[in-house]
Amino acid sequence: MSPTFEELSVGQDIGSRSIEVTRQDLVKYAGASGDFNPIHWNEAFATGVELPGVIAHGMFTMGAAVELVSDWAGDPAAVVDYQTRFTKPVLVTDTTGTGDAGAVIDVSGAVGALDADVRTARVDLTVVFDGQKVLVKAQALVRLA
Amino acid sequence: MTINPDLQGRSYPAAEVYDVGREKIREFARAVKATHPAHFDVDAARGLGHPDLVAPPTFAIIIAQRADAQLIEDPEAGIDFSRVVHADQRFTHHRPIFAGDRLVAELHVDGVRAMGGGAMITTRSEIFALKDGDGREPVSTTKSSILVRGEGQ
Repeated sequence: MSPTFEELSVGQDIGSRSIEVTRQDLVKYAGASGDFNPIHWNEAFATGVELPGVIAHGMFTMGAAVELVSDWAGDPAAVVDYQTRFTKPVLVTDTTGTGDAGAVIDVSGAVGALDADVRTARVDLTVVFDGQKVLVKAQALVRLA
Repeated sequence: MTINPDLQGRSYPAAEVYDVGREKIREFARAVKATHPAHFDVDAARGLGHPDLVAPPTFAIIIAQRADAQLIEDPEAGIDFSRVVHADQRFTHHRPIFAGDRLVAELHVDGVRAMGGGAMITTRSEIFALKDGDGREPVSTTKSSILVRGEGQ
């Protein structure tokens, strides 16, 4: 199931997934993380501070995107380093009561580098919302068997 | 409001202990839409050689943002939280975080740079697990940059 170091090559695709996000997901993330900044759940507050509307926590997007890597690695503890820059906000429209997504984030990953000395693979994630990259230099370092 | 440039180099010592609970790991994992059984099922986590449930890779943000709050809420810092935008984030795990860990974080202000009418502030949290007795073990280093937007930014 889990990949071994020897079978990997730079450029190899690790898969992709789409993450559907609703306002309720942002409320759940706020509660789970303790980040209650109202720009992530209150429209009037968000527009009042010159944002286009309610936006996802950058850390929600970062946290949800790495799940592709945890599942690929076979053990979330294999992710020994993970970093990103937040470049664009993910605007989440209010779809309460409809069952529709308020935003869809597309995540894909590929092996960007391999280090044989410490048996790690750097996975480079591409994270896109509304046709634009929302995370830049999103890199997870994975320790392999 | 202006950011105090003397913040650079400031440290805030480890304050309260954060007890990592199984239900909190499960709650956080659900909140980031994680489904790996090592976050939910103790037997699955032990099957991978871990002592208990494994926290997701970004779980340490809970502890890091608690430490950051000491800076953001410091009246001497001059930071308006409603104008804070997260610019970048990094987690370096010296070992995974497990349910049952008792964690503390030391906060270091590594950089303060004026940007327009605002400032970019870089902080680092050194997170340790308390061991029996007086010892502590390095668990994670988190680094984050926040942009405090000036008026009209």
